[in-house]
Amino acid sequence: MAVSNRLKNQHLLWRSAFGPMAENAADLDNISQKKLWELLLKTSAKRPEKIEVAQNLVDGLMKGIKDVVDLQKKELSADQKKQMQQQSREDLKTLNIRWLEEMINSEAQLREKMSLFWHGHFSTRVINSYFQQELLQVIRGNALGSFKDLLKEVSKSPSMIQFLNNQQNRKQHPNENFAREVMELFTLGRGNYTENDIKEGARAFTGWGFNLQGEFVFRKNQHDDGKKTFLGKTGNFDGDDIINILLEQKQTARFITKKIYKYFVNDTVDDAKVEWLSDRFYKNDYDIKKLLEDIYLSDWFYDEKNIGSRIKSPVELLAGIRRLLPMEMQNDQAQLLFQRTLGQILFYPPNVAGWPGGKNWIDSSSLMLRLRIPQIITANEAVDIRPKTDDDTAMGQMMDANLKKMQDAVKGGTATIEWAAVNKIFEKVPRENLLQKISATVLQTKSQVSIQVLDKYLNNESRENYIKSAVVNLMSTPEYQLC
Amino acid sequence: MVIKRKEFLQVGSLATASFMLPKFLKAFEKPMMVPPGNKVVVVIQLSGGNDGLNTVIPVRNDIYYRERPKLGIEKDKALLLTDEVGLNPALTGFKELFDDGSLAIMNSVGYPNPDRSHFRSMDIWQSASASSEYVYTGWLGRYLDAQCKGCDKPTQAMEMDDVLSMALKGEESKGLAFKDPKRLFNSAAGKYFKDLGNDHQKGEETIDYLYKTMSETLSSAEYIYQQSKAHPSSETYPGTELGKDLKTIASLIFSDINTKVYYVSLGSFDTHVNQDNQQKRLFTELNDAVKAFSADLKKNNRFQDVMVMTFSEFGRRVSQNASGGTDHGTANNMFFVSGGLKEKGVLNAMPDLNDLTDGDLKHKVDFKNVYATVLNKWLGADDKSILGKQFEYLNFI
Repeated sequence: MAVSNRLKNQHLLWRSAFGPMAENAADLDNISQKKLWELLLKTSAKRPEKIEVAQNLVDGLMKGIKDVVDLQKKELSADQKKQMQQQSREDLKTLNIRWLEEMINSEAQLREKMSLFWHGHFSTRVINSYFQQELLQVIRGNALGSFKDLLKEVSKSPSMIQFLNNQQNRKQHPNENFAREVMELFTLGRGNYTENDIKEGARAFTGWGFNLQGEFVFRKNQHDDGKKTFLGKTGNFDGDDIINILLEQKQTARFITKKIYKYFVNDTVDDAKVEWLSDRFYKNDYDIKKLLEDIYLSDWFYDEKNIGSRIKSPVELLAGIRRLLPMEMQNDQAQLLFQRTLGQILFYPPNVAGWPGGKNWIDSSSLMLRLRIPQIITANEAVDIRPKTDDDTAMGQMMDANLKKMQDAVKGGTATIEWAAVNKIFEKVPRENLLQKISATVLQTKSQVSIQVLDKYLNNESRENYIKSAVVNLMSTPEYQLC
Repeated sequence: MVIKRKEFLQVGSLATASFMLPKFLKAFEKPMMVPPGNKVVVVIQLSGGNDGLNTVIPVRNDIYYRERPKLGIEKDKALLLTDEVGLNPALTGFKELFDDGSLAIMNSVGYPNPDRSHFRSMDIWQSASASSEYVYTGWLGRYLDAQCKGCDKPTQAMEMDDVLSMALKGEESKGLAFKDPKRLFNSAAGKYFKDLGNDHQKGEETIDYLYKTMSETLSSAEYIYQQSKAHPSSETYPGTELGKDLKTIASLIFSDINTKVYYVSLGSFDTHVNQDNQQKRLFTELNDAVKAFSADLKKNNRFQDVMVMTFSEFGRRVSQNASGGTDHGTANNMFFVSGGLKEKGVLNAMPDLNDLTDGDLKHKVDFKNVYATVLNKWLGADDKSILGKQFEYLNFI
């Protein structure tokens, strides 16, 4: 089977972005991949605007406008702390929804998609909306820039320092958590360093912390300025030196390239291609944009085996549906409920290693919900799913009330869809080719849904209804889970 | 060979169920029958971090009363098991089970370098990993992997919930999560999905995996629903969520289904404030449901074969806090309820309140030793391959 030009373009859009959108889906038959890639680059060129959500209490406290003196003296009462945490949790929901909106509606598709990748790579789980908001901006700002800058800025972000306990990393009591993970997960990967490198690295990072305003500080008196031997080098290293040594390692380029290949190209790695890509990534001084260009402008990226082979993450699935079906969401609760029940809540990765992805997204309950989501959204069907309680995000007693709010919100109708925009994609398609065309627009897989089965479930009352039922039914398939 | 009625029925019902399987799956099919009398585990997860010290109470320990002037449960209120040990007053049914020789209590269960995040600590318990490792499969999921190679329906482990816990996710096989199996296959959407499954032709690995999961889920839902109606429990259970779940589990245990592991959660035990009322409410739900369940199993001569075990992601700090509650702690106790226990009663020493780490209990038993014991001695599984390491067995079963 020859791969059509449309399929190639959709492949590029699904991998480097969040899938085709109603507005331009009709034009994907003729444009070249090179042209489309240039468009993607151009629309992501600007530095993104920060998403600011940290409100009142948290913001005030963090910026030192209010009560900071109390905090310094540790006189913040238990109630105040609790209030601050509650506010933070609410802010994080807003940050989640607003970033998701960017993934769906922003023209900087390439940047937001790459940011989602880095959000999983540099994953932190801290309940401080100010820290999370700042880290997200570091990630979005550097998502297509230099991995060197990205790594350095992330390592100095309060969010990371808190999550991996570097605030407690002191000369007298080194804490190895950050030193270990920066090598295992962020740069080299397991097996490329020794336990001694971790110990020595941890000494170099002593003194890296943050102040009450949420800014990085180097606390000189807590820093161990003695001699360290790290990855074969000896010197009076500090944290910056360690990160530079890590970036000098060819293995870092290899590790990052391999992860990017698995995420954006194929879970089954082609070693020769990864070697070629990582050589260039290293030589190009860790320029992320150039690495992506090497991938997306290659012929092999468009090989049949790479198309429609990746299981969409829950966020990709939700964003993809909303890009092809422009809609106004009645409330945000539904999107949070879906994220939670499908296992990917932005800003709440399972641990520092991020979301494992692939088949891990799929089990009996998550798959059945994924299959029902298009129906739930488009037909305003009631959601009878109850997510697991999460004691970290909602303490004890508040849980029941929160849950009920979530479910009620979903019951009340989730979205109004602009079907006219969807109909427009197919306006020039003759009736006899219609189903074929809709299928080719919605699905990326070689495996196709049988026309006979679909026919039984499609609404023939009008062309509009036919298109609507075809799109929804095609999205409610195992095939649609793949891109 | 004489075919027992029960086994015959089992073959019969499996055969009926297999008609529902789409044809591309037929190759996977293989009868996986477990003879009646097979051992079953029911895991009850107490979510949120149950306060173990007010569950199994050291009624003669001065430190306990000193650290908990408001929350400490007085000796004359506790349900005394021994001179030293009392149960929370809401656990009357557990006291009866204790007197009856059907309850075992393991104190000070935990793991090295405990984590105080609910989420992370629950992950550690569910995945049975060290606190420095990140593992995305669960101990019962890996049990499924070991047991279920090539079986047509992953009904060997089942969670009574809308969302599947990591505990039941294996590398290859994953348990099923159902709150209401009928809802799934009986809907219009269910019919569409069934049609899709029937029509699917074998293709690439990932798409086949998705189709296999979908079709198995649908056919299992129907199968489970039928089984739960075949020998419904006639016992009266409390109308609580847990009561209903345990009643469904009892009905399934009386049927011919091959399920060996049931998983159910109760919570939230995260009692930072106003602990007494919340713990009492949840314990009453736990107590009444488990009491009805054990009576039901006894009546049907299955109590020997079924073991209920409880756990929580962590215990709570020894000292009460200022809001009538307790904060996140470390080691905790576990309950085992069965007519088939080898050792009963209080299995090991009560926590040593003189020997704490930053005000927290030290663990004496690694929970992975408990898992190894359950996997090996109760479920007859290869615990070493499931847990990745040989953990010493305990003697309670």
